[in-house]
Amino acid sequence: MADLTTDFVGIKSPNPFWLASAPPTDKEYNVRRAFEAGWGGVVWKTLGAEGPPVVNVNGPRYGAIYGPDRRLMGLNNIELITDRPLETNLEEMARVKADYPDHALIASIMVPCEEEAWKAILPRVMETGADGIELNFGCPHGMSERGMGSAVGQVPEYIEMVTRWCKRYYDRPVIVKLTPNITDIRKPATAAKNGGADAVSLINTINSITSVNLDSMAPEPTIDGKGSHGGYCGPAVKPIALSMVSEIARDAETRGMPISGIGGVTTWRDAAEFMALGAGNVQVCTAAMTYGFRIVEEMKRGLSQWMDEKGYASVAEVVGRAVPNVTDWQYLNLNYVTKARIDQDACIQCGRCYAACEDTSHQAIAMKPGRVFEVIDAECVACNLCVDVCPVEDCITMVEMAPGEVDPRTGRTVEPHYANWTTHPNNPAAVKAAE
Amino acid sequence: MADPLTPGIASGRLTAEEIASNFADLHAPLSPHEAAVAADRCYFCYDAPCVEACPTEIDIPLFIRQIATGQPEAAGRTILEQNILGGMCARVCPTEDLCEGACVREIAEGQPVEIGRLQRHATDSVMARQGHPFDRAAPTGRRVAVVGAGPAGLACAHGLAMRGHDVTVYDARKKPGGLNEYGIAAYKAVDAFAAREVDWLAGIGGITFETGRALGSDLHLDTLKETFDAVFLGIGLGDVNALDIEGSEREGVDDAVSFIAELRQASDLTGLPVGRNVVVIGGGMTAIDVAVQSKLLGAENVTIAYRRGRDRMGASQYEQDLATSKGVRIVANAQPKAIHGNGAAVEIELEYTADDGTGLRGTGETMRLPADQVFRAIGQTFVPLDGFETEGRKLKVSDAGRTSVSGVWAGGDCTPGEDLTVVAVAEGRDAAADIHAELMGVAVPQTRPALGEAAGGA
Repeated sequence: MADLTTDFVGIKSPNPFWLASAPPTDKEYNVRRAFEAGWGGVVWKTLGAEGPPVVNVNGPRYGAIYGPDRRLMGLNNIELITDRPLETNLEEMARVKADYPDHALIASIMVPCEEEAWKAILPRVMETGADGIELNFGCPHGMSERGMGSAVGQVPEYIEMVTRWCKRYYDRPVIVKLTPNITDIRKPATAAKNGGADAVSLINTINSITSVNLDSMAPEPTIDGKGSHGGYCGPAVKPIALSMVSEIARDAETRGMPISGIGGVTTWRDAAEFMALGAGNVQVCTAAMTYGFRIVEEMKRGLSQWMDEKGYASVAEVVGRAVPNVTDWQYLNLNYVTKARIDQDACIQCGRCYAACEDTSHQAIAMKPGRVFEVIDAECVACNLCVDVCPVEDCITMVEMAPGEVDPRTGRTVEPHYANWTTHPNNPAAVKAAE
Repeated sequence: MADPLTPGIASGRLTAEEIASNFADLHAPLSPHEAAVAADRCYFCYDAPCVEACPTEIDIPLFIRQIATGQPEAAGRTILEQNILGGMCARVCPTEDLCEGACVREIAEGQPVEIGRLQRHATDSVMARQGHPFDRAAPTGRRVAVVGAGPAGLACAHGLAMRGHDVTVYDARKKPGGLNEYGIAAYKAVDAFAAREVDWLAGIGGITFETGRALGSDLHLDTLKETFDAVFLGIGLGDVNALDIEGSEREGVDDAVSFIAELRQASDLTGLPVGRNVVVIGGGMTAIDVAVQSKLLGAENVTIAYRRGRDRMGASQYEQDLATSKGVRIVANAQPKAIHGNGAAVEIELEYTADDGTGLRGTGETMRLPADQVFRAIGQTFVPLDGFETEGRKLKVSDAGRTSVSGVWAGGDCTPGEDLTVVAVAEGRDAAADIHAELMGVAVPQTRPALGEAAGGA
């Protein structure tokens, strides 16, 4: 059995599955249920400064995007940080940590961008016994308008400054949670590193309006006829998160910096992908909010099974394995040639590949009598769209042409050597090969 | 007191509650949630096989997508543009042999998209709303006679009325609807759906019904041709085939078609007599319908005897399974030899058959089944009309439904082709387009979108 125990910046947890700072981790009751269900750690719902707590709207807080069969693909929320008194949260955190010493418990914090505010709250968090803190620089709604959350996360200088304060007044790991609502994720990550952060976590939610009510002509969720953008999460945001994680993992400035991966993790496979791209662990929210805490069981068993199959003994062996294979487009091998192949036995004759190729791509699929669909190699650019629209797994595959074969589309022989755009004759900026 | 064991042919075998439950909707309507789940399964195929398999070429992927995007009424309109009796077809089409049989998910998972039930969901949504979904064109002043108010005649009448012609529909029976009203199994069209659909269809305006008027009695083709600008014949099959065996004249030997008609028109099914031991001769849809309904009326033993193998039965596998699930026994390779009794039928003698490749022969081995009621369901035939060319003992017609007699079109069961409601609708619809083109001197629209455009919108 693969070892799922995880050491993330010195914080131990029985497995790499943490619950992200969000409604599921808002109070003792939920967190105890989560630990009992098998979650490795929780990031407690974000704490605010001492004083009267924030108030939430009293209407709907969520909006949804559905896939077929009303599967929740994306969730949008306009909930704020915890709306319970600081003291209550701190007391509960201390009790839970005492009862679950082997589980990770992280305090998420968002207080005004003033040194005194951080200086005031950090000792109190320390007293709870929490394993570390996560700086919420990501929340895109409500708090950002008060100069917190993503308002800080969008300014690298603020990130560095606040991180520095935290490292000054707190001696356990500091994780900086990044907002994706920026142009280049490497900038805030670099700032966090420069401020002394032990790790970054990403992504926080994405600015979003999930839908518009066409009767009331207002965005959903609608509060008394008005709506506001919220933060988008769930399976739909995973590709964005994976890309951002990979950029931090491979950038010269931030390479090697521990990352807690967040964004649409729903299955063990999602988690493994985040880890392969450099995440030391993952944080989950929407999947738990959709299916309940028990879903972690599938994640744990699935990851363990896969690691056994692949011969990975520990989570650490998986982390970052795919990072070397993330590159820039210009370095992709232009001598790599594939063609789509349709498995006629698996084909159910829906013709979606044909419609996609004929209408929107390269007219590279022939429809023959009896609804037989065949790839025309002389037209196929190997774009993969047919594979993507085919409803049957593995019915259409991309088959690599061997060096020496002639690509009937270009009439050129497939070359055995690697060659990319940087040296291609069509590239005006091509680097000339040495004479 | 209901008594299922009453000997002979008797009513009151089951309680009113049991009858009501037995004759309830065979497939309950889909709830909006069920419809959404079912619609999600459609792959929106290219040049979809289901459309190809539909005699009326309904744009099935489009209407299902319209359901999926929350517009069942728009979906209904898409259906009705092609098939104005889409509501009935959703209930009675042998979808397992047509659209659903062609569905790619049948190949993928052995479980097609539930096209029939989705079609019902959509058409029910339209029909639940007041008014008619299409507008009638300005009156043309042309008059067309439609003989036969069955699916072919109704589809033709609607197509003509929508294009502005005045249509008079004649029917020999008291009510319009044809086999929708007098044939098919009651549990497929509950709550007087056939009659409601006719009323709804006539909502287009310009259609007058003259019922109780049979061709050949007080209604003559020559007169119609003189009085109207065109005539459409949708007169169906007038004759039932005879059973030529010893004892076939005995009391209790009945015609299945008449029995079903009587059942469909009965105001109280507890009062409809049925045998305790029923044997049905035949292997088509009528055989299934009469057998299943006899069972549902409370017959203790119901057997379908079919002279060939089960794979040769006209009834689809689905219908055969339906019958057996209701407790009907299907005996294949058994042909009727004699009906024994003392005045009334008591027993039927069947002879086993074998097909050695040169034809069906009796093996000589016989068996006897108790039978106080024997239904003949061995097919119907067309009663020839003088002066018309025929093809396969039916009225010969062109693709557009033109008969050999000028000014007379025909469609439905009286013409060649499969005897299905949906086929009749297609033929009536296409004849209407051709009659219109002929009367107005315009070209016949050939493609599906063009046909759709012919339907004006409200």
